Amino acid sequence: MRPAVSSIGRTGAIPLALVVLVAALWLGAAIGETSIPFGVVAKTVANRLWSAGYALEPIDEGIVWSYRLSRAVVAACCGAALALSGVVLQSLLRNPLADPYILGISAGASTGAVSVAILGLGGGMMTLPMGAFLGALIAFALVSLLALKAGKGTAAIILAGVAASQLFNALTSFIVTKAATAEQARGIMFWLLGNLSGVRWPDAWLAIPAALTGLLVCLWHARSLDAFTFGAESAASLGISVRRTYVALVGVSAMMTAVMVSIVGSIGFVGLVIPHAARMLVGVRHSVLLPAAALIGAVFMILADILSRVLIPGQVLPIGVITALVGAPAFAFVLGQRRGRG
Amino acid sequence: MTLTAKDVSWGVGEAAIVKSISLEVREGEFLGLIGPNGSGKTSLMALLSGIRRPRSGEVILDGVPIGRLGRREVARHLAFVEQQAETAERITARQAVELGRTPYLGPLSPWSANDDAVVEATLANVDMAHLADRLWHTLSGGERQRLHIGRALAQQPKILLLDEPTNHLDIGHQIGLLDLVGRQGLTVVAALHDLNHAAMFCDRIAVMQGGRLAALGTPSEVLTAKRIREVFGIEAEVEIDIQGSCHVRFQAQGRKGGQSASMG
Repeated sequence: MRPAVSSIGRTGAIPLALVVLVAALWLGAAIGETSIPFGVVAKTVANRLWSAGYALEPIDEGIVWSYRLSRAVVAACCGAALALSGVVLQSLLRNPLADPYILGISAGASTGAVSVAILGLGGGMMTLPMGAFLGALIAFALVSLLALKAGKGTAAIILAGVAASQLFNALTSFIVTKAATAEQARGIMFWLLGNLSGVRWPDAWLAIPAALTGLLVCLWHARSLDAFTFGAESAASLGISVRRTYVALVGVSAMMTAVMVSIVGSIGFVGLVIPHAARMLVGVRHSVLLPAAALIGAVFMILADILSRVLIPGQVLPIGVITALVGAPAFAFVLGQRRGRG
Repeated sequence: MTLTAKDVSWGVGEAAIVKSISLEVREGEFLGLIGPNGSGKTSLMALLSGIRRPRSGEVILDGVPIGRLGRREVARHLAFVEQQAETAERITARQAVELGRTPYLGPLSPWSANDDAVVEATLANVDMAHLADRLWHTLSGGERQRLHIGRALAQQPKILLLDEPTNHLDIGHQIGLLDLVGRQGLTVVAALHDLNHAAMFCDRIAVMQGGRLAALGTPSEVLTAKRIREVFGIEAEVEIDIQGSCHVRFQAQGRKGGQSASMG
C-alpha cells in the first residue's frame, strides 16, 4: 500500500516522534522517589555526552545517569520491541490476540535464560540472551506444531500458546527449585515478573541495537505485511515469498523478545495491547503502523516504569504488574470487540 | 502469454487430489473449470497459480516452469483470486485494491503517481469508485468480490485465475461479475459451479472428476446430458439454441420416479 499522507505529514511525524520519545525519557529520569529538576537532568546528559562541565551534585548526577536514564532507555527499547513483535505476529498469523507473551515465546525465552544462568547450559559458551533466543524459537516451533495439529483457526494457536506457556513456566520453576540457591531463586522469581531494577548501561547497549535492528527489519517487510491482509495465499499471489517472510519476521520477533526477556524478564500485554492502540490511531498500513507502535510501546513502558517506582512509596513494583493491570482490561476489550464483529 | 499444465499431480499425505492433469490455456480464452465438490478444482487452481508446487509434472508460464520464476515475476503476469478471502482489518475499499500493486513495489521503491492512476482506473473499472473510502466490513458480498477482482486487475496481469468467484452472490451479482471479468480481454481460468454460467461465458470448459480431467472442449461439446449424469449424478436436458449456445435444464430427481443418483 502507499505510504500514508496523514494530516501531520510524514516529514513532520518523525521529528514529532523523537520529541515525544525524548520527553518521555526526560520524565523517566526526573521522576522518582527523589524528584530531580528537569534542568539537572539536561545538564547531566550534557556533561556525560559532550563533557559540558556543569557543576552538579554527584549524587543527583549519579542517580540520573547510572540509575534512571539507563533504566528509561531499556524500558523504551523493551516497549518498542514487544510492540513490534505484537504487530508482526498479529499480522502474519492474522490473529488479533497474538503476542509474544500469549504465544508462549516469552515463557520459552525465560526457560532458555534460566537454563543458561542456573544449569550452565552451553558450558559458558552461551550468553543469557542466546539461551533466551533458543528458548524463544523452541517455544514458537512447539506452538506452531501444536496449532497445526489442532487445525487452523484463531483459537487453535492461542490455545497452543497457553499450553506452551504453562509448560515452559513449569520447566522454569522446576529448574529454579531444583538447582538454584535460595538467593538465586528469589532474584529469578523477581526477574520473571518483569523487573527493571537491576538495569544499567551495559543492558542498554544490548537493548538498543536489538530494538533498532528489529524496527529496521520490520520496516523492510512493511509491504509484505500489508500483503498478508487477506491471508498467506493471497500474499503469495501478490508476489510475496511467504516462507522467507515468515522466517525473517518470526526470527526477528523471537530475537527481540529473547533479548528483552533476558534483560527484564517476561512482560505481558504490551505486545498485545499497544498494536491495537496504534492501529486505532494511525490505521493498518504497516509503513506507518510499525513505527507508531514502536513509539507508543516505548513511551508506555517508560511511563509504566515511572508508575512502578512511585506507586508505593519506598517500594518498587515489578513493571510486569503495572503492564498487566493496564493490559488485562484492554485485552478483555479486544476480546469483546471481536465478538461484536461476529 | 500461455499457461500450460504438464502431467501435474498433487495430493495430501496418501490421498491423491490432482491426478496427472495436462491442460493448455490458450491466449485470450475464457476457460471454465467445472466438477463436483472435492473433484480437485481448487487444488488445480492453486497449482496453476504457482502457489502450490506439484508433486510431479510442471506448470509452465510462457515457456518457463513457474517454479523457476520468482513470486514477484509471476505476480506481474498472473493474478489469482482465491475463494472467499476475508479480513478483520479496518481497511478501505481503495486500500484493498492498492494491495494489487505489491508486485511492483519494494522496500526501497516508493508508491508512485502511476500506481495511483492504476488504482483509480481499476476502481472505476470494477464499479467501486463511489465506494472507494468505505471500510471493508461495511461492504456487501458482491462489492467485496468486485474488490478482489480489482486487486487482481491492479496487478495488471495477462492471466486471471478465479476460484469460484461467484460463490454466495445473488444471481444478478453472479452474472454481473462474470460479465465484468469477461470484458477485461484477459486470459481467464475460472472454477465455476453453475453449468449455465459456464456455458454462457466460457470459450472452453474443462470438466474435473475425481482429480482427473474428464473432458475438455467447447460448451456444446462438453455439456451433454450423458456427461452431466456421469460427472454430477443428475438428470439434465441440454438444449442448443440457434446461436449455438447451450442451456442446461436440470430435472428434479423426485419427479423422475425415484431415480436415485448419488451426488459426488
